[in-house]
Amino acid sequence: MSVEVRIPTILRTYTGGQKAVQGDGATLQEVFDDIDARNPGLKDRIVEAEALRRFVNVYVNDEDVRFSGGLDAPTADGDVVVVLPAVAGG
Amino acid sequence: MQLLTGVITPSLTAVLKIAREHLDAMIVHAREDHPDEACGVIVGPEGSDVPTRLVRMINAERSPTFFRFEPEEQFGLYKQMSTTGEEIVVVYHSHTATEAYPSRTDISLASEPQAHYVIVSTAESGASDGPVSVRSFRIVDGAVTEEEIHVPE
Repeated sequence: MSVEVRIPTILRTYTGGQKAVQGDGATLQEVFDDIDARNPGLKDRIVEAEALRRFVNVYVNDEDVRFSGGLDAPTADGDVVVVLPAVAGG
Repeated sequence: MQLLTGVITPSLTAVLKIAREHLDAMIVHAREDHPDEACGVIVGPEGSDVPTRLVRMINAERSPTFFRFEPEEQFGLYKQMSTTGEEIVVVYHSHTATEAYPSRTDISLASEPQAHYVIVSTAESGASDGPVSVRSFRIVDGAVTEEEIHVPE
């Protein structure tokens, strides 16, 4: 069972330059824990205090997880997770 | 002694080369949305550092002091660029009451290390035809580097 996680340019320093990594887990939380074990520090850039960071958008199969359970969003074999930092400023 | 010029990749040269029509389009957009901040991108082929296609983005905050791309629209752009092999070459936004220099928020939220960050200030002109200031920066790991804007005529 494997989920593909697409990594944005700014976080590829944690993945040795890879654009995507594979992870296992039945929820988004489990997938992020799994990929963080091989790419230490990656999860901290996406998750803060047990929730998604405010300026990071995450999609599972094109669905914004803020509307489907956040880190508890279910994931299954073959799913594609996209991590997309918000383009924002002041 | 080795000459280093040859190994500097295009993405690291401290200059933004941009078409006049794109420069003008960013200014028009900034004036239209004044006093709220306008925002958008110019995308180009991945790795080329050449901005070819300007896309206006909705400022979901509709604010004179803040901007954030509307998330669904940004995701749509991401999917489109994945298909076409493009990436964001320029991120632009306007400052409507302050100078065209990255704010602390701009620096802390900058998340496109490959991009040129262009800021258009309409502080002097407002929505009318007065003078605007346009400047370009690299923002990487909290460090701001201003760069020249080169418009081939």
